[in-house]
Amino acid sequence: MTTATGDSPLHTPLHDAHVALGARMVSFAGWSMPVQYPAGILAEHGWTREHAGLFDVSHMGQAFLVGPDHATTAAALETLIPAAILELAPGRQRYSQLLAEDGGILDDLMVSRPTDAPDGWLFLVVNAACKAADYAHIAAHLPAGVGLRPLEDRALLALQGPEAEAVMVALGAPVAAMKFMDCAPMTLLGSEVHVSRSGYTGEDGFEISVPAMDAMRLWDALLADVRVKPIGLGARDSLRLEGGLCLYGHDIDTTTSPIEGGLEWSIQKRRRIEGGFPGADRVRAELAAGPARRRVGLAFDGRQPAREGAEIAAKDGRIVGRVTSGGFGPTVQAPVAMGYVEAAFAAPGTELDVLVRGRPLPARVANLPFVPAGFRR
Amino acid sequence: MKLFTKDHEWVVIEGDIATFGITDHAQSQLGDIVFVEVPEVGRKIDKGAEAAVVESVKAASEVYAPLAGEVVAANTKLVDDPGMVNLEPEAGGWFAKLRIAAGTDTSDLMDEAAYEAFVQSL
Repeated sequence: MTTATGDSPLHTPLHDAHVALGARMVSFAGWSMPVQYPAGILAEHGWTREHAGLFDVSHMGQAFLVGPDHATTAAALETLIPAAILELAPGRQRYSQLLAEDGGILDDLMVSRPTDAPDGWLFLVVNAACKAADYAHIAAHLPAGVGLRPLEDRALLALQGPEAEAVMVALGAPVAAMKFMDCAPMTLLGSEVHVSRSGYTGEDGFEISVPAMDAMRLWDALLADVRVKPIGLGARDSLRLEGGLCLYGHDIDTTTSPIEGGLEWSIQKRRRIEGGFPGADRVRAELAAGPARRRVGLAFDGRQPAREGAEIAAKDGRIVGRVTSGGFGPTVQAPVAMGYVEAAFAAPGTELDVLVRGRPLPARVANLPFVPAGFRR
Repeated sequence: MKLFTKDHEWVVIEGDIATFGITDHAQSQLGDIVFVEVPEVGRKIDKGAEAAVVESVKAASEVYAPLAGEVVAANTKLVDDPGMVNLEPEAGGWFAKLRIAAGTDTSDLMDEAAYEAFVQSL
C-alpha cells in the first residue's frame, strides 16, 4: 500500500486510476476511496446486477495466520471466532466474526485455507476500519508458535455480477469449476493471485488478491472488457443492502451478538456443541431460547427511504427497534432497510411503523435478501 | 430575477411569486435523487425554514425556503419522477412557488455571478 504522510488519507495502488476515471473520492476508514464514478450510483448498481462491476477494495485488511500445521493454526483461530476452521478443506473459505467475551462482534471476516500456501497457513480478510484493532486483538491472543503476518503489499479487487465468470475466463483465469466460497491460487496476466468466488453484492463474483505492483495492470485488463465497468463504494453499499448483507459498525457491532444478527448459519454444529470461543455462553443461550431481538429486513409501500438511526414502532406506537441500514434499493425500485426489533415483532409480514422526521412510515418485516442471491453453489 | 442561497437553492422572483429549487451544483453533489418531498399548498414557511426534502441513494438533505411566504404551488411531479431534479434542476425540477411575504428581504441572496464565485470557492 502507498502510505500517505500526516493526516491525509491513504491511497490504494489504484488511486490514480480512480481519479483518471473521474471518480468522486471520499475519505473512508482512513483511505481515499471512490464513492462513485461519473455514471452514478444507480447506473453502477444496475450494471453490477446485469453485467460485471469492478471494485477496488484494497483498503481491506489481508493477512496470513501462520502456524506449524493446520490443526494448530485452526485451533488458535477457533479460540477467537465461532466458525469451524479445523474442518475447513483446502481451497475453501468461511465467513465468521471476531467475538468479544460478552459475545459482541468485534469485526466480521473471511477465513480461507489456501491450497498453495504451506500447511498451517490461513488467509484472513478483515474490514478496513477494524484492521489495526483486529490485528492487535488476534496477535495478543495467539499461542506461541502461531503468528499473524499482515500483507501490506497486496491490493484486493472484486469483480461482481452475472458476467464476472465469463470475464475472468476470457482473461485465462481457470475459475469455471469454482463454486461459491471456493478459493484458488492462479497466475493471471503473469501475476500470482489468490482468487475466491465470493463478494459483497449478493451476485456471483470473485475477489482477487494481487501484488500491489501488479494491481493497475489487472485493473486495466479487467476494465478493457466491455462487460466491465468500475463501481464505487456507494453502489457497493446499495448492492449489499439489497443482498441482506451486514455492514460492520452499522448492522453488527460490539453490542450485537451473531445470533441477534441472524448469523447463526455461520456457526457450525461442532462449535455450537463444544463452545470454546468468546461469548459462547451467550451464543448458546440465544440459540436455545432465542435472542431478545433480531435483525430483520424492512419493506415499505412508498418511495421514501428510512435511514440508519430511524426508530421502529409497533402499531400501538411503542418503540420496538431501530434501523441500522436503510436507503433506496435501485433493483427493487423501492426503499429497503435492515434493523433490529424485539423478537416478538421479527416474523416476516409483521406490520410496523418506521419514524422518519417524526412521522410514521408504514413498513413490514421482509425476508432477506431483498434480491435473490446469484451465488454459484 | 434569479437569485441563489449559500445552501444551494435557486429562486426566481416574478412579481410577488417566488419559484425555487436546488441548483445544478447541488444536484451533482447529491447524485442520483430517488425521493422528493415537496411542501403542501397553503403552508406558510419562514425564510430559511425546512421547505422540502430531497434524498439521494446515499443520504437525505433538507431544502430551505429562500424567502418567507405561503406555498401557492408544489411540483408534485417530482414525487413520481424524482430524477427530474438531476435532469433539469433549474427548470422542470422546481420544488414549489411561494407568495412572498410582505417586507421580505432579498439583500442576502446572491446573483448568478456571485453564486458561481461562491461555488468555485468551496
